[in-house]
Amino acid sequence: MSVAAEAAPAAVSDAPAPKRRRRAPPFAPYLQAMPLGLILGAFLLLPIAAIVIVSFWDYDSVQIYPAFVTLNYAETLGSWVTWSTLLNTLKFVAIVWAITLFVGFWVAYFLAFHVRTSKMQTLLFLVCTVPFLTSNIIRMISWVPFLGRNGLLNSALVEAGIVPAPLEFLLFSEFAVVLAMVHLYSLFMVTPIFNTLVRIDRSLIEAARDAGANGFQILWNVIIPLAKPGIAIGSIFVITLVLGDFITVRFMSGGQSASMGLMIANQISLLQYPAAAANAVALLVLVLIMMAAILRIVDIRKEL
Amino acid sequence: MTNAATIDLASLTKKYGDDAVAVDSISLKIKAGTYCCLLGPSGCGKTSTLRMIAGHETVTSGDIRLGDVVVTDLPPARRSTSMMFQSYALFPHLDLVDNVAFSLKMKGVAKAERRARALEMLKLMHIDQYASRRPAQLSGGQQQRVALARALITSPQALLLDEPLSALDPFLKVRMRQELKRLQRQLGVTFVHVTHSQEEAMALADLVVIMSDGRIEQAGEPREIFHRPATAFVARFMGEHNVLSGKVTALDGEGAVIAAPNGASFRIPSAPHLAIGEPAEAAVRRDRITIGESATPGLGFTGHVRNVEYRGGSMKVTLDAPGVEDFTVYAEESAFDKAPHEIGQAVALSWALADVHVLKPTAH
Repeated sequence: MSVAAEAAPAAVSDAPAPKRRRRAPPFAPYLQAMPLGLILGAFLLLPIAAIVIVSFWDYDSVQIYPAFVTLNYAETLGSWVTWSTLLNTLKFVAIVWAITLFVGFWVAYFLAFHVRTSKMQTLLFLVCTVPFLTSNIIRMISWVPFLGRNGLLNSALVEAGIVPAPLEFLLFSEFAVVLAMVHLYSLFMVTPIFNTLVRIDRSLIEAARDAGANGFQILWNVIIPLAKPGIAIGSIFVITLVLGDFITVRFMSGGQSASMGLMIANQISLLQYPAAAANAVALLVLVLIMMAAILRIVDIRKEL
Repeated sequence: MTNAATIDLASLTKKYGDDAVAVDSISLKIKAGTYCCLLGPSGCGKTSTLRMIAGHETVTSGDIRLGDVVVTDLPPARRSTSMMFQSYALFPHLDLVDNVAFSLKMKGVAKAERRARALEMLKLMHIDQYASRRPAQLSGGQQQRVALARALITSPQALLLDEPLSALDPFLKVRMRQELKRLQRQLGVTFVHVTHSQEEAMALADLVVIMSDGRIEQAGEPREIFHRPATAFVARFMGEHNVLSGKVTALDGEGAVIAAPNGASFRIPSAPHLAIGEPAEAAVRRDRITIGESATPGLGFTGHVRNVEYRGGSMKVTLDAPGVEDFTVYAEESAFDKAPHEIGQAVALSWALADVHVLKPTAH
């Protein structure tokens, strides 16, 4: 860069010195924005457009046909299976969101306010990211020998005489799904909340104490309001991840529970692409509505 | 509102860890309704002292009394003090009314009443027109007024200010300084103000407390401190003084003679602690020195000009001489012009014995 910048004046030094710098052509800003625009267009807008188009196509057991039918939507929205699956998905969203918010907030709170040196903060934060060194699937599978019918936890409980027979609900149940999701997604809540908490000026907390606030009042009136942007960003991560999840649900519930993502995955495996696309569009709309709701409550741009 | 409290510090000590002493057994009485400035270089313990009075720092040993109450171990909110923080520490997520009403909200005052009282307080500070703004939308001076309003809404008996003017530009500093003084007179509350600016302390304080290394070097009225600095540290820190030091070589009815290590000797007035052979220090005001040969030996010397600065109205001439370093003279412009001095030239200086002030030996 600098080489080019230095070379340029030397090249024109023979010519009469230009009076002022040439104005950039009016389309220059668009040119500068083009690389990102191209990437987003090719990898985000185009696939979504394809899904929307396919969702109106017709299909049978062997083939899909270009057409314009609203049958896919009528079928999916008119079926009670869709609605109960949706309800189940939303139940997972609500439970996992609440637990990750609770866990994430207090982990972030501990890191930000109780760990004194920033070196130690960074170190502990890196420890939090260690599970990410392995893939989602492996982290999920590692629960099996622990929670299984003859797994570590059950044999320990039985041998200690705490329970008479192995607990059945530990694995291949909704409990297992929620547990695995909380395990997988908590860090997405910790990180943004931690970032907002460390930026809170400590003198604000002293000022609140000076004004007579007790610990809970400081938390409720100062820390949580100032952590809102982080909570919102973390919530967006967790909610979108849980809404789109199908592998955790399939694996940890042992096929006994369903989610929108799983339904779409099943339809794809049956080659019912248009039906899957219609469900995907419905799910996308749901995600967008939730994001809009979060952004309505917390103005992230203003706080950042 | 005029129920100011006397603040009494009794051998107050603050240690961080085992050997880092921030405040070393200080005792001080600040009378009710006094404007007190804690003055000193950074790290002298002035902020720790203020924070202990406020209750934001635990006391290692000693006691703090506010009026008739020993508050040493009380939490900040039960001390009837209020603190204004250095960076104001306004809540960025609340508008001005809610910022000022914060302590009332913590006490459980109903919303309508606390907002009305907060607005009243903002009116007193002349910033009620911005009541619905957030702190980030205000200038530094306006933010300070909000911080003051927030600190005063609890009707404290003492207001504690931690470098309140340091974030302001010089022009605003002077204006807000006057406002602070006016407010203190109006409310009659005890103010304790931490600062590292001599000028600020002199302009505001009824009682200046100069601290160094966790101890009080001198506490007194600003004029007293300026005219009669107790120690060499005070004389140097307040500026405007030259410090002469040496060993006492002779004592007589008029005073004593001290000899600097390199031969120069000076005459100083008598003081009870002077003894032959002991080190002694004395201060001479920079603006009481005249250029010219001294009539009496020991009340002047000849040095070489090292630096000349124009101060507006007078010249600041810095000289070096054997045994005397950094000796500064404020010479009247006219007196200077009679015989302008170039850098490196020798200049004779003289002063009167009455303008020499003997300093106490530094305790540590």
